[in-house]
Amino acid sequence: MLAGISAVGLTAKPVLDAFAAEQKQNPKIGLKRGDDALTAKRWGMVIDTTKFESAEDIEPIIEACHKTHNVPKIENKNHEVKWIWEEHFHNAFPGLAQQFQDERTEHAPFLVLCNHCENPPCCRVCPTKATFKRESDGIVMMDFHRCIGCRFCMAACPYGSRSFNFRDPRPLIEETNNSFPTRMKGVVEKCNFCAERLAVGKQPACVEASDGAIVFGDLYEPESEIRELLRTNYTIRRKQGLGTEPSIYYIV
Amino acid sequence: MLELAIKGSKKYYAWVAFLLVVIGIGFLVYLKQLSFGLGITGLSRDVSWGFYIANFTFLVGVAAGGVMVVLPYYLHDYKAFGRITVLGEFLAIAAVVMCTIFVLVDLGQPMRVFNTLLYPSPGSVLFWDIIVLQGYLFLNLVIGWNVLEAERNGTHYQAWVTPLIYLSIPWAVSIHTVTAFLYAGLPGRGFWMTAILAPRFLSSAFAAGPALLILLSLFIRRVTNFDPGREQIQSLAKIVAYAICINVFFFLCEVFTAFYSNIPEHMDHIKYLFMGLQGKGSLVPWMWTSYGLMVIAIILLVNPITRKHEGVLTVACVAVFVGTWIDKGLGMISGGFVPNPMHHVTEYAPTIPEILITLGVYGMGALILTILYKMSVAVKEEVAA
Repeated sequence: MLAGISAVGLTAKPVLDAFAAEQKQNPKIGLKRGDDALTAKRWGMVIDTTKFESAEDIEPIIEACHKTHNVPKIENKNHEVKWIWEEHFHNAFPGLAQQFQDERTEHAPFLVLCNHCENPPCCRVCPTKATFKRESDGIVMMDFHRCIGCRFCMAACPYGSRSFNFRDPRPLIEETNNSFPTRMKGVVEKCNFCAERLAVGKQPACVEASDGAIVFGDLYEPESEIRELLRTNYTIRRKQGLGTEPSIYYIV
Repeated sequence: MLELAIKGSKKYYAWVAFLLVVIGIGFLVYLKQLSFGLGITGLSRDVSWGFYIANFTFLVGVAAGGVMVVLPYYLHDYKAFGRITVLGEFLAIAAVVMCTIFVLVDLGQPMRVFNTLLYPSPGSVLFWDIIVLQGYLFLNLVIGWNVLEAERNGTHYQAWVTPLIYLSIPWAVSIHTVTAFLYAGLPGRGFWMTAILAPRFLSSAFAAGPALLILLSLFIRRVTNFDPGREQIQSLAKIVAYAICINVFFFLCEVFTAFYSNIPEHMDHIKYLFMGLQGKGSLVPWMWTSYGLMVIAIILLVNPITRKHEGVLTVACVAVFVGTWIDKGLGMISGGFVPNPMHHVTEYAPTIPEILITLGVYGMGALILTILYKMSVAVKEEVAA
């Protein structure tokens, strides 16, 4: 009985702490940022889809991302893991597909990835805060070691951007990149905006491989290249009506 | 009191042994799932919740349904239900335990489940679902046990139990409301994005739970010396009749809203379930069976002549239970995932290992229910003697 009560006490404490946390102002504990690190108030991306004509144009971009992040190649479509991939216009933008669509958009490949939303529903629903929006730059990240694999985030994401490891992915990675962690079975993963590359002063892998078709930058910096592109081009975002405020803009 | 559960006939022990075998098989298959991963199920990137979560959802309803015998007795002093409140409470216990196990077997990393308490996230509905479900388990265990023990000792239950009983009534409503909120607050899932999802869950719960109680009561009357009572069963039958009517009515409200407004995002899921979409429709026969059964049940339960005939009542209750199980257990969860947010249709069906694990969990619930009911009936027989 006593053991039972103390067990309840042990489990209840962190719960109560969570509610008390707002009052306590703990000194911020953090890692020192590297000297070369790229920083922003909110990272965003503009994808110029007019520069892609066929699947061959975007294949190297997908390849670059998946190689960098040890994404396994899984034959079974149901168990696929993908961080960035190709969709048709009417799948990427279901609400925007026209009854009489222009031919170029109809056949062009559209790159889709995590939108790193301003209001990410996935982070709202996570019961362990294993997925969270980084305060410093708005990147929606994953802690693969904390994730319990409940897949609530997958149900919450309106963009289908999240993948689950239905099996051990390691044997299916063609060439392991030792500078990025591999994952284990039973956890969710997705695009991390190459947080690990930004930390050492490199642009995201997809941007680097895109030959200028993808521009990455700080959305809250009026003088940035990305803002200049947004000023001078008409852009669209996926499912804007949901209030998630995606960080990925498309020039069509 | 637990000692009462180990004195039984050969048939009783054979039943317990059978359940242990079912549980054992489920456990062995679960070990396989634990080592390989959830890839042994029919789940996919597009349909990321399936049979486990659907059965969890259905059983939360069965647990909440137990309140339909508690409420009339304690709030309205409807004395007849005094005989069977403990059956409702113990059914709730078995159901909540199954719910908990279903969530556990659905996790990709079950050994990390306590991360939900180490890093509590009050913004997540799942956090609140854990709290309300475990709270409901605790309430029913304490209340059921104390009231039964008092009955055995020929005394009134202790005064401190009364506030817990009153608390358990709104708490029952909360468990299914919070469970509905798991789904109803997700942007981009048109099927669940409806304010009457929680009311729908509750109406099907108040039909399925009491229907199961009727079947269990009829069974107990047949195999033991304790008769839950004809009046009790008939009153429960009326509750089931109204609840199943409301459940079908709520569904028709959904159909009207989706189809009169003509908004594809809301129509597509219902179309997929009842007509098929993009040439795929494996759930179509199931869904029509489900609603067919519910309509038959309405006819049999609303009409007093058929309702009062216990043979017909049995058929009607089976129809309610199976109908609502298909609706929630097959349609409600995968229906929300198909089509996916990009309008791709990926179908889902549970695999054999998934079904065996599911049966194992049901076996565990049945074992708990068997033991608790055996104990309750033994007390009732003892008191009557």
